[in-house]
Amino acid sequence: MSDTEKPGRLIVGPFNRVEGDLEVQLDVEGGRVRSARVNSPLFRGFERILEGRAPLDALVIVPRICGICSVSQSHAAATALADLAGVTPPPNGTLAADLMLAAENAGDHLTHFHLFFMPDFARAAYAGRPWFGVVAERFKAAAGSAVREAVEARTGLFRLFGIMGGKWPHTLTLQPGGVARALDARDKVRLAAIIESFRRFLETKVYGAPLEAVAELSSLNALERWRDGGPAGHFRLFLEISADLGLDTLGRSWDRFLSYGNALQPRGIWQGAGIAPLDPGAIAEDHSFARMADRERRHHPFDGSTVPDGADEAGYTWCKAPRLGGLPFETGALARQLIGGHPLAAALVAAGGGTVFSRVVGRLLELARICIAMGQWVRALDVKGDWYVDAPLPDEGAAMGLTEAARGALGHWLRVEGGRIASYQIIAPTTWNFSPRDSDGVPGPLEKALEGTAVEPGERAPVAVQHVVRSFDPCMVCTVH
Amino acid sequence: MNMLWLQSGGCGGCTMSMLCAEAPDLISTLEGAGIELLWHPTLSEATAGEVVDLLLAILDGRQTLDVLCVEGSILQGPNGTGRFHMMAGTGRPMMDWVRDLAGHARHVVAVGTCAAFGGVTAAGANPADACGLQYDGRQRGGLLGPDFVARGGLPAINVAGCPTHPNWVTETLMLLAGDGLAASDLDQYQRPRFYADHLVHHGCPRNEYYEYKASAHRPSDLGCMMEHMGCLGTQAHADCNTRLWNGEGSCTRGGYACINCTAPEFEEPGHAYMETPKFAGIPIGLPTDMPKAWFVALSSLAKAATPDRVRRNAAADRIVVPPTVHEKRKR
Repeated sequence: MSDTEKPGRLIVGPFNRVEGDLEVQLDVEGGRVRSARVNSPLFRGFERILEGRAPLDALVIVPRICGICSVSQSHAAATALADLAGVTPPPNGTLAADLMLAAENAGDHLTHFHLFFMPDFARAAYAGRPWFGVVAERFKAAAGSAVREAVEARTGLFRLFGIMGGKWPHTLTLQPGGVARALDARDKVRLAAIIESFRRFLETKVYGAPLEAVAELSSLNALERWRDGGPAGHFRLFLEISADLGLDTLGRSWDRFLSYGNALQPRGIWQGAGIAPLDPGAIAEDHSFARMADRERRHHPFDGSTVPDGADEAGYTWCKAPRLGGLPFETGALARQLIGGHPLAAALVAAGGGTVFSRVVGRLLELARICIAMGQWVRALDVKGDWYVDAPLPDEGAAMGLTEAARGALGHWLRVEGGRIASYQIIAPTTWNFSPRDSDGVPGPLEKALEGTAVEPGERAPVAVQHVVRSFDPCMVCTVH
Repeated sequence: MNMLWLQSGGCGGCTMSMLCAEAPDLISTLEGAGIELLWHPTLSEATAGEVVDLLLAILDGRQTLDVLCVEGSILQGPNGTGRFHMMAGTGRPMMDWVRDLAGHARHVVAVGTCAAFGGVTAAGANPADACGLQYDGRQRGGLLGPDFVARGGLPAINVAGCPTHPNWVTETLMLLAGDGLAASDLDQYQRPRFYADHLVHHGCPRNEYYEYKASAHRPSDLGCMMEHMGCLGTQAHADCNTRLWNGEGSCTRGGYACINCTAPEFEEPGHAYMETPKFAGIPIGLPTDMPKAWFVALSSLAKAATPDRVRRNAAADRIVVPPTVHEKRKR
């Protein structure tokens, strides 16, 4: 309908194989993207929906922000409410929550690689490439052999939720005081079997090697050796494609990364000069180009506002622009691995920054590491111990819950007054990554990453643009919420 | 039979749940039933202009449409413009696309409680003015209006649930593919009766605690969650505890209350989700089809008769007193 509104401008949408709805507007000049504007076209207003409710109701409402980050949303809320109550769950409660969060993240990484990202290389546009035949057989959308295998492996892994959480998505098992489902010795061996089966899938299909061999990759040389002579698997195939298409120079953004940390990685930031602490007090949201009122100042989330301005024409998205210390930051698996000090992530970023290549390698590296950790955590569950402690909530107070969804840093900030939620602000990973310009005119990470991307003659939805967009594994329903 | 799937104002969780279909897996299930994906936002290759071309072909009759699945509620705001959800790349509100495409579809399926009734997106102040395809909460109407009937003769089919069980959706689609779903197979909220004629209470492993009113008082307790913890399993229309989720799960098996997510307006229960509202100590919501006087009489009798084993296990997070093993009678 409006792919070529006027010469030099492309409006790309509906952008699928991302979670939710996305539109990207590209100004093109000389076969390259000159500038990009990213539009999150769906506003539901969860922050407003939460106002006035009993604080524990957040555990019902927030998972339903997102069907792919559901446990992550639960975890952020439960963490914030535990903070409000001043309670620490027993070790089993923390381990169980970490296991569920890890399973969701692993499932999301799997879904992203097989269902969202790789099918673009099975497009007819690549029919002439040497790797096309094998990619088409494995990764043709909704039909390839690897796509089917990944769906089945994910289903098998998510049986973990049938045992631990009743169901996925939208479990209520995660509570401020721990988990609502105690596990027994039988559950424990069953969980171990599920994780072991998932490991076998990863080792035979995705990597063709033990997960430890992936986790131990520590340099670009090692990665190149894997590409040139490593075991056959989807990982090596991706390395080959990446070298052929130069994905290591595609989609470079600001090279500033942040992670709120999880059970595997610490909280921190990276902006070129090593890993530094993250100050959550320095986070603020800018509304200059969001269709939101209250543009005159940037808001810390404890002082945030969500008043949609449906008549606004200056704003081009419902997404606010979060900034840390005034600057846009990228978040996700690569950021976690980098800030966690993994040598391969450090080498990737040192060599080329955040790119399509390094983001996807970061995710596949993390997938292997998550699966190893899950096996260890299951063994650490103490079936004789406690799973839950009471967590009475005060009638007044403010608290924050920071966690990591598959696609990056997720934060909840809530204030309770008179025993009711007075304010609830959420900044999701893709709010960071797909944020619009701010009051200084500084584009968000995806907008920056798209600058310079090639647009071939006649392309309505440039395939390189699709690679860049999907390399972030965006979740649009979380973005605006 | 072909199918077009659109995601409107929801979380995408019904699709994410559907990907967990088992025995057979989702792709095999659809293929086996001869269901061709015209387009699905998560699964399909086509993006942007290719998709818009397809939608336009349906609207001008060049492409037939057998089933339109809509996931997520319809956002009518602000002020009835639908601008809270413009379909990307088209400059047009999603609600307009859905209304027009529904007019061309042989069947219209609302996947999930959002698409059916408005759901969580319509909670609280309902900032986006969300509604369902043919309901606005309990009120018939919604986007398509109370009199809407698709070309195939059925109203919108409401596969309600938050999220939907994968097989509620796949079985509805398979029934449609085999012309096996009639108006009489839908309940009064237009939900397929094959799952909506059951109660979540059926097959709940806490049934013995329910029988004796041996109640849980806090998360992780094994007891019945109806009396104190907000559980609506005795009123909720769904087969969650006989069908099971992700292999062997359900909400009550996961340690938490059923919140009746297949029902319209479950998003506004009128009380905190995890607390049971009571009047004079008696839960206000009674088990389905049970007269109040009998409930009160049976409850007090049951409480008096509660075995020590059941009472003690109800307040623990694991079995602390096993059932007695009866020795075989000696001959």
